[in-house]
Amino acid sequence: MAASASPAVDLSAALVLTPPPLGDWLVVLPVVLMIGTGALLMMVRKSVRLHGAIAIAALVMLVVLDAALLWRVSLHGPVTMVMGRWLPPYGIAFTADLFGAAMALAAAIAALAAGLFSLADIDAAGRRYGFYPFLMLLMAGVSGAFLTGDIFNLYVWFEVLLISSFGLLILGSEPRQIEGALKYALLNLIATTLFLIAVGILYAIFGTLNMADIATKARLAPPDAPLTTLTALFVLAFAMKAAAFPVNFWLPASYHTPRIVVSALFGGLLTKVGIYALIRVTIMLLPVEREALSFVIAVSAALTMLLGALGALAQMDTRRLIGYVVIAGIGNMMAGVAVGTPAAVGGAVLYALHSVITMTALYLMAGEAARIGGSWSLASLGGLYRRSPGFAAISFLLMLAAAGLPPLSGLWPKVALLKAALDIGAWWLAAAILVSAFLLTLALARVFLLAYWRPQPTPAVEQPCPTDWRITLPLAGLAVVTLVFGVFPEPVLRLSQAAADSLADPQAYINSVFPGGRVP
Amino acid sequence: MEALFAVLVGFFFAAAIYLMLSRHTVRILLGVALLGNGVNLLLFTTGRLVREVPPIIVAGQETLGTGAANPLPQALILTAIVISFSFFAFLLVLTYRAYQELGTDNSDRMRLSEPSDEPLPPMGY
Repeated sequence: MAASASPAVDLSAALVLTPPPLGDWLVVLPVVLMIGTGALLMMVRKSVRLHGAIAIAALVMLVVLDAALLWRVSLHGPVTMVMGRWLPPYGIAFTADLFGAAMALAAAIAALAAGLFSLADIDAAGRRYGFYPFLMLLMAGVSGAFLTGDIFNLYVWFEVLLISSFGLLILGSEPRQIEGALKYALLNLIATTLFLIAVGILYAIFGTLNMADIATKARLAPPDAPLTTLTALFVLAFAMKAAAFPVNFWLPASYHTPRIVVSALFGGLLTKVGIYALIRVTIMLLPVEREALSFVIAVSAALTMLLGALGALAQMDTRRLIGYVVIAGIGNMMAGVAVGTPAAVGGAVLYALHSVITMTALYLMAGEAARIGGSWSLASLGGLYRRSPGFAAISFLLMLAAAGLPPLSGLWPKVALLKAALDIGAWWLAAAILVSAFLLTLALARVFLLAYWRPQPTPAVEQPCPTDWRITLPLAGLAVVTLVFGVFPEPVLRLSQAAADSLADPQAYINSVFPGGRVP
Repeated sequence: MEALFAVLVGFFFAAAIYLMLSRHTVRILLGVALLGNGVNLLLFTTGRLVREVPPIIVAGQETLGTGAANPLPQALILTAIVISFSFFAFLLVLTYRAYQELGTDNSDRMRLSEPSDEPLPPMGY
């Protein structure tokens, strides 16, 4: 008998033999929940009336799971789970650290708000086209990207969220949607292809795809390895995903074409996934090479901020205006990557968390303004303050947050980034942050002036516009989140700083993947 | 052999970029398809091009010897082929629909969502 003849194989060298503690399942549960719910919604695709309730229940669950995961990570450090019980680096690892878990939680909150808003905004036709299944799969991709510990797996999650975003983008099949989707799809596909090229070269250099393993090996790499070229490819690919200058032009061409809920999800989540990957790769995996490219990243960051702010000033359509506000925010986060000190990365992480919440809320606000005022154009909007004072107050708070004015959450990341830029003597980067914030304040103040304070230009009949809890609740909820973290910033400041410190010194992350040290 | 393939990958990329710089969406699509194949070839080349040697790590060694091709990039290619094929299929349909709806395949004339004559917002009231 062959089995009895061969000596007992020691499986512990290849497999995880002890079952993981129950709490570790939190790393994969967000993705499992979203894919499972997506599949369930496909199965009941004929009963569209059930879709909304199922999706909202799943999104509430997602927020709870991500909050529990963040709680666990902040208490016990990074959590790792490997697929198929194979020991890393052979098994594909899911690793949640503070940065990933916090981003996943912010994304889940934004998605829940957008999901609530969609109950009022997405009609039966949109539901039949599959809005909710696509939303679930989009969130599976976003959560997977934030929680994975394997760089090829990150590429796969990018593709998952990209293909679901195509579905969401063309919901309704209007000509302008198809046109926007074409531009979006082509440029994002090229960006992920660049990412794939970089992953291939990275595997050729290091022989591993596990992020903890790469972080270890990159610090011991031979000096002739083409790591700076590799990092430049990664930066280009992620800058394209994040819509940084000069590869940002797909964003204002497409983000205003779909339903406003879809715009809100994209503006809040998708560009931030690009920034997340940029921070993960340049700060944690390849810090030495980031140093070499920091000037290029800084120039791109400054130009992105200024272009975003100037673009916002020139727009007539509120949705396109907010698209440029998103771009200006990307510039601020890139500035944190360019400076690269733990304080600066902390600022960038905080900005990313703030931006997920605020940009989603801004798009939803534009949607509600269009519902009340009947237009997307600043030329014909007007009188919103008179017609709905409560909504005007929420909008005012959100605009303050987006412009980075106290007492909202936009102030603190900008302060952190400014201080970090001045600390290393990059005064021109600090000046760009200030000028961009000033121009954004002008652009958003003009929206408030024209759409809210100005009397309605065309004297329309004052029909009462009933408030809808499905719209008011998410808007007010997001405004409260940004207000609370603006007034009591201590917990998030500490969280983002701890996240940045653990990115700069990923020993805890590596220990979580390789508990007994790196076993070859 | 690897050097030859590297040059071939370069030709693929050059042709793909040339096609993608075109104004016409069909050519851009062909460029995207070429780019995807170029990347697959690149991944394939990174794993060494050797035949008939089983990829088995010798006892006592930690990495694959230079005699065998690394099978992992080939697994990556399989994933990448599936993804790029499905994306290409989607893009084909999208381009066709865009041609139907907009009546043009010239990306310069696709200005429906970004009108070139949009006025600036009012300076005041």
